[in-house]
Amino acid sequence: MCDGLRIDEHPILSFEPGEEVEFSFEGRTVVGQKGEPVAAALHAADVRVLRYSRKLGRPRGFFCAIGNCSECLMEIDGEANVRSCVTPLRAGMQVRLQGEACDQ
Amino acid sequence: MMQECQVAVVGGGPAGLSAAAEAAEAGAEVVVLDRETRPGGQLIKQTHRFFGSKAQRAGTRGIDIASRLHEEVEGYAGATILSDADVIARYYDGVLGVMHEGEWLKLHPRRLILATGASEKTLALPGSDIPGVYGAGAVQTLMNVHGVRPGRRVLMVGAGNIGLIVAYQLLQADVDVAEIIEALPHIGGYWVHASKIRRMGVPVRTCHTILEISGRDRVTAARVAGIDRGWNPVPGSERWIECDAVCLSVGLSPLADLMWQTGCEMAWVSELGGYIPRRDQCMETTVPGVFVAGDASGIEEASAAMMEGRIAGLSAAHSLGYVSRDAFWRRHGHLASELKTLRAGPTGDIIMRGLARLADAPTRTQQLVEGGGGEC
Repeated sequence: MCDGLRIDEHPILSFEPGEEVEFSFEGRTVVGQKGEPVAAALHAADVRVLRYSRKLGRPRGFFCAIGNCSECLMEIDGEANVRSCVTPLRAGMQVRLQGEACDQ
Repeated sequence: MMQECQVAVVGGGPAGLSAAAEAAEAGAEVVVLDRETRPGGQLIKQTHRFFGSKAQRAGTRGIDIASRLHEEVEGYAGATILSDADVIARYYDGVLGVMHEGEWLKLHPRRLILATGASEKTLALPGSDIPGVYGAGAVQTLMNVHGVRPGRRVLMVGAGNIGLIVAYQLLQADVDVAEIIEALPHIGGYWVHASKIRRMGVPVRTCHTILEISGRDRVTAARVAGIDRGWNPVPGSERWIECDAVCLSVGLSPLADLMWQTGCEMAWVSELGGYIPRRDQCMETTVPGVFVAGDASGIEEASAAMMEGRIAGLSAAHSLGYVSRDAFWRRHGHLASELKTLRAGPTGDIIMRGLARLADAPTRTQQLVEGGGGEC
């Protein structure tokens, strides 16, 4: 079985490794590939929770990955409610979770 | 700034690109507004070969069809594709409001073709909001476009073509597929896909449902059970499957927001995935000059979407005075017969039934007047 989440070898597709860039997620430095969606970069870095639901504070990740469902809304560079699944990653981006976790 | 154009196509997937190519071939000036950074819609993540006849590009992989359609459209001087162009609104005077590369663009097309595609359905069950529950399309996007695996061990829910194909693609990406479960008593997708997956050691279980997903910050397991003919869980059949992702392949709904805004007469047709617009054989809606094509007009598959797109593009151009009447009906007849061929077979029967019902189904307005909530 696979080790990391990045696909290196594939029978049909080839993935050229993109330019690596650093960005900030909740204050810590994470490495992703320039131009890939923020949500994909976070997923590859093993981050699953992108926000907490407003009423019950439940953890949420992305669902559709193409900008339809709004499950992946995050605070990016100070702007709230950004769809992280369709926002291309740039070096130095400041990415934060939205909402608050409810201790259960 | 306001820009004028002859034909605007919303959506750069198989339907939208085909519509643009056909309208441009007829001589019309066309602008494709696509919200993605790369045209092709969902085709760009489809690594499998298409079924059907040679004329309909069977045997070609979806990603390659996307490239060919893109090249075809680019080959026309009168056609333009705007990427990163999200159509937010259609105003009462027919002006489109578009977010294009962060700028607000207003475009006034004389003809509009809506080829907005579809969104994935989800299931309401305990834990279905836990991170790690993904639509099958999301998994395709993450894996086949961005080269990232959705997890290490996935439970696939739904054995239609998308469920089967994505399960196979997961295996290609070296992800473990725990099993594929399907609530219906039969496999909905092509059996050749299903048997390929079974040969690779993944069980495909019909008459099975998912009851619950566990985990807090991420999926850790899912509880499944066999169901009887009344869709009730069979006592004693429940079990937990360990997995770190659940992939839902439980259908699509047409993305109809712009049709609602436009005031198209909409009717609920469950066979075609939800609310869809009434239209004629030219794919023109009840709002003159506004056409639809592809999944936005009812859920089918990409080959049918391409044919519908061509019919819409041809018709839009014809209504602007391009293409002689004879040439129009000749070409229309050819495209319509190709579409009919694609709709042969058991799945096609369901689609034909839905289309037949569309003519008589009450519109949303009628439902509201009568006080009913519809079937939604």
